[in-house]
Amino acid sequence: MSRIIVVTSGKGGVGKTTTSAAVSMGLALKGHRTAVIDFDVGLRNLDLIMGCERRVVYDFVNVINGEASLNQALIKDKRCDKLFVLPASQTRDKDALSIEGVGKVLNELSKEFDYIVCDSPAGIERGATLAMYFADDAIVVTNPEVSSVRDSDRMLGILASKSRRAEQGDEPIKEYLLLTRYSPQRVKLGEMLSLEDVQEILSLHLLGVIPESKAVLNASNAGTPVILDEKSDAGQAYSDVVRRYLGEGVPHRFIDEEKKGLFGRLFGG
Amino acid sequence: MSAINSEPAAYPHLFEIKNGAIGLPMLRLLGNNPATIANQLREKIRQAPDFFRGAPMVIDLHELSALDEEVDFSALVSAMRDCGLVPVGICGGTDRHLHAAQTAGLSLLADVKHESSHQPVQAVDDKPKQPAVIGKVIEHPVRSGQRIYAPGGDLVVLSQVSAGAEIMADGNIHVYGTLRGRALAGVQGNLDSRIFCLDLQAELIAIGGHYKVSENIEDSVRGLPVHIYLIDNSLKIEKI
Ligand SMILES: Nc1ncnc2c1ncn2[C@@H]1O[C@H](COP(=O)(O)OP(=O)(O)OP(=O)(O)O)[C@@H](O)[C@H]1O
Ligand SMILES: [Mg+2]
Repeated sequence: MSRIIVVTSGKGGVGKTTTSAAVSMGLALKGHRTAVIDFDVGLRNLDLIMGCERRVVYDFVNVINGEASLNQALIKDKRCDKLFVLPASQTRDKDALSIEGVGKVLNELSKEFDYIVCDSPAGIERGATLAMYFADDAIVVTNPEVSSVRDSDRMLGILASKSRRAEQGDEPIKEYLLLTRYSPQRVKLGEMLSLEDVQEILSLHLLGVIPESKAVLNASNAGTPVILDEKSDAGQAYSDVVRRYLGEGVPHRFIDEEKKGLFGRLFGG
Repeated sequence: MSAINSEPAAYPHLFEIKNGAIGLPMLRLLGNNPATIANQLREKIRQAPDFFRGAPMVIDLHELSALDEEVDFSALVSAMRDCGLVPVGICGGTDRHLHAAQTAGLSLLADVKHESSHQPVQAVDDKPKQPAVIGKVIEHPVRSGQRIYAPGGDLVVLSQVSAGAEIMADGNIHVYGTLRGRALAGVQGNLDSRIFCLDLQAELIAIGGHYKVSENIEDSVRGLPVHIYLIDNSLKIEKI
C-alpha cells in the first residue's frame, strides 16, 4: 500500500520544499520506493533543491495532459535509485492542474511507489488544495511565529474538511507538526514563539523540530537535500523526522539552547 | 435638526441589533431620525466590522408602529449599505411604513414572533420545560476558517476552538478546551443560552445577538474557565 504525504503550510517560505526534498530522500535511503512531486506550478523549485534541474524534459502538467508518460517525466535521483522526482512546469499556470488529472497521476504512482511526497505551493488556493486533496498524511510545516502558526491552523481546517478522506468519510488525514527554522536563542530573547507556545495553539502531534541552520542554504545551493549532510544539525534533525515518521521512538533534539563550552562558560553571560 | 458629526452617544439609542426568529439579524428601530440612526449605526458597526460585513438584515418596525412614525427608508437603506449591511426587508410596521419601504425596494417579510427584551421574562407557561437538546458534539479542534453551527440545540466542543474559527448554536455552547475564536450562542434569539469554556481567549462572544469583542473582555477573566450569560441585556462573564 502506498502512502501519499503532503507537505503543506499555508504561509510561504517556511521550508516546505526543503522538507519535501529531505523527507523524500530520507525515505528512499531507508529503502522505500519514493516519488516526490512539485505542485508549485509556475514556480518550479524542487528540482533545484534536488539538483536535477538540468535533466528536466517533461513535467507534471505534461503527464496530466497526456503529452508524456509518467516514466518519461520521472527523474531518477543520481544518489539514490529508490528516489524519483516529478518536476513542476514553469511555463504553465496553476489552472493546468485538475483534480481528475492529479488523481490519475497519483493513482498510477501508487502502483509503483511506497511513498509519494507532494510539495505543496504556499497559500490556500487551487495548487495547495489539490496537493492535499488525495493525501493520507500531512506534514504541516510551521515557523515559530504567529502568522505562520495561524496559517497552519487554517490549513488544518481545510485538511479536515476538503480532502478526499473527509469527503468520503474515511479515517481523517494523519496530521503532523514540523516546526522549522527554530532558534532556541531567539525564543529565549522573546523574538520567536517557543515549541510549547506553538503546541498549545495547534495541539498537534509533533514530528520534529528543525533548527535554523546555515546548512540548509548551503545544501540548496549545492542541489543536495540537507538530510545528506549528516554532520549538520538540520540534516540530523530531518533524519530523526524520517525515523519518527516510520514509527521509531526517537527523542526530540535541537529544542533547547546548546550547552555552552568552556569558552562560553568563561566568557558568556 | 440633525448634526451629522455629533457624538452618537449624545442621543438616546434609536435602534437595537437582535437576532430574529427567521434567522436573520434584525435592526429594530426605536426612533426615526435618519441622521442619528446613521451615526449610531456606524459607531456600532465600527466595533465589529467583520462580524457585520455583508450581513443581510431585516428592519424591524414594531416599536414604531404604535405612533406610525415616518421612516425615511431610502436614507436608512443607504446608511446600512454604507456600513456593509445588506437590508433585505421589513417586518412589523404600519401600512404607511410598508408602502414607503416598498418604494425603497424593500420587501415585507412574514411577521415573525416578536421576541423582545422588553417583554416580561416570565411568560405564563404550563408546559413542562423542554429538556436541553444537544445539537452537535465536535471531538476535534475547530480550526481557523471553519464555521460550525448547531441548529436547534447545544454545541459541545471537546477540543479547542482556534482564532479565526466561528462556532454557533441555537442553544448553549460548551468548549472543553481553549476558546480563541468566535462563539455565538442563542443565535435565533434565545437570551437564556450560555457559553461555557475552559479557557477564555475569545475574539468575540455573543448571546442572542448581544456581543463583546476581545478588546472589551476584561483581563480579570481572560485565560480562565468561565461561563457567560446575559443579564439586563449585557454579557456577564463569570469564573467557574
Ligand atoms: N531550517 C532552516 N534553516 C535555515 N534556513 C531555512 C531552513 N528551512 C528553510 N530555510 C530557508 O528558507 C527559505 C524557504 O525555504 P523553502 O523554499 O523550503 O520554503 P517553502 O515553504 O517551500 O517556500 P514556498 O512557499 O515559496 O514554496 C529558503 O531560502 C531556505 O533555504
Ligand atoms: Mg516551495
